Amino acid sequence: MIDIQNVNKWFDDFHVLKNISMSVAKGEVIVVCGPSGSGKSTLIKCVNGLEPFQKGTITVNDVSVGAKDTNLPELRSHIGMVFQNFELFPHMTAMQNICLSQLKVLGRSQSEAQDRTNTLLDRVGLEGLGFKYSSELSGGQQQRVAIARALAMDPFAMLFDEPTSALDPEMINEVLEVMQELARDDGMTMMVVTHEMGFARRVADRVIFMDEGEIVEDANTDDFFGTPRSDRAQLFLSKILQH
Amino acid sequence: MNYNWNWAILIEVPYFDWLVSGLGWTLLVSALGWIIAFSLGSLIGVIRTLPSKPLRLFGMAYVELFRNVPLLVQMFIWFYVLPELVGEDLGRWMKRDMPFPEATSAILCLGTYTASRVAEQVRAGIESIPRGQSMAGYAMGLTTKQVYRYLLIPVGYRIIVPPMTSEFLTIFKNSSLALTIGVAEVLYQARQIENYTFQGFEAFTAATLIYLVITMIVVFITDRVEAKARIPGYGVQGKT
Repeated sequence: MIDIQNVNKWFDDFHVLKNISMSVAKGEVIVVCGPSGSGKSTLIKCVNGLEPFQKGTITVNDVSVGAKDTNLPELRSHIGMVFQNFELFPHMTAMQNICLSQLKVLGRSQSEAQDRTNTLLDRVGLEGLGFKYSSELSGGQQQRVAIARALAMDPFAMLFDEPTSALDPEMINEVLEVMQELARDDGMTMMVVTHEMGFARRVADRVIFMDEGEIVEDANTDDFFGTPRSDRAQLFLSKILQH
Repeated sequence: MNYNWNWAILIEVPYFDWLVSGLGWTLLVSALGWIIAFSLGSLIGVIRTLPSKPLRLFGMAYVELFRNVPLLVQMFIWFYVLPELVGEDLGRWMKRDMPFPEATSAILCLGTYTASRVAEQVRAGIESIPRGQSMAGYAMGLTTKQVYRYLLIPVGYRIIVPPMTSEFLTIFKNSSLALTIGVAEVLYQARQIENYTFQGFEAFTAATLIYLVITMIVVFITDRVEAKARIPGYGVQGKT
């Protein structure tokens, strides 16, 4: 589904991604973790072309992301993305946020889009809150609206860029639960950048550990938490699992 | 000081009519100037935020050119210099056959000058929106045009309503410079009343009050616009 081959990216002189190769099969859940500055957020933004990369290839559903003649809006409309800071549009209600791309990209009718939106709001546990503006919702609720907004496009894969990092601790679980259901019940293909190791252990099929722009480990979840081979991954886990 | 106050002069024929006609020209020149300023300024402001470098450079050149030359100088250039530069036929048309050459020049001058200031506000408004917002738009499959149409422009313009109000006020005040090229607006008429009656204090007091009333009405209206455009919980309190 997602295939990344020898991707390199530089910000001016800074080599952010070094020879990254990995893949996500259909229905798989991949967690990408690593210390901050390791390039994991940049990598996930390369997958739908939000960040350009200089070398290598990324294909999603056999479409090359980096190719000049690729219709990026069309490709992106099939890949849902959830951001660290939610990025709900402040001048729209939750309902309008979720309807926007259905109306403008998919060309659904107003009533179709609203029906779909109501179903999705129910599903993420926010029934009846469609009339609220993002400033009237808690962080956890905003992130669930953002997930519903991505799902409204009926994506074939979902990208999560640190979806719980900006949340207060008591709201993290409500978001993780929605993501877990999505993985278990829908068999959604997911690539998740996160520090939530509990979530990784419960839900992920594979864990990828990045440091300084490289993939240090790419292992099955059980292997990763059992016997990580690299010192760097062991150090990272020991720091993060203490609390 | 020996001065014969005569406030009644202001409502005498023909002086009252002069002031009314002056008010008409002030409103006309300012309003038409604002239409040019708002549309051209929006265009230039948006251009300055686009990914294309040549377009951004063009926008920057426009703003720097029109913002940095004094408005009075621009007024003279539009009225006296431009007709000499555009070739004989067009120049003659501008001087002789163009309808209301003074007012037309003043409107173009005010419009293009204020456009450079509006452009800066629009650019600042759009650039103040966090980059994640347009990323979220692109990520859901919107095109650049749609990201501007549905996200950046609606939010950006709401942010800049207060500074735009001040530009809108300024264009009324700046329109007084049109008297230097012979547009018979409020200040021009006040001066003319002084020339005819020597009642300068009354005439200029009347002009001052007229400007004051105009600007107060404008503030009243734009306050309503501001309240209506406000996004709940967004802007002043900072973003969360």
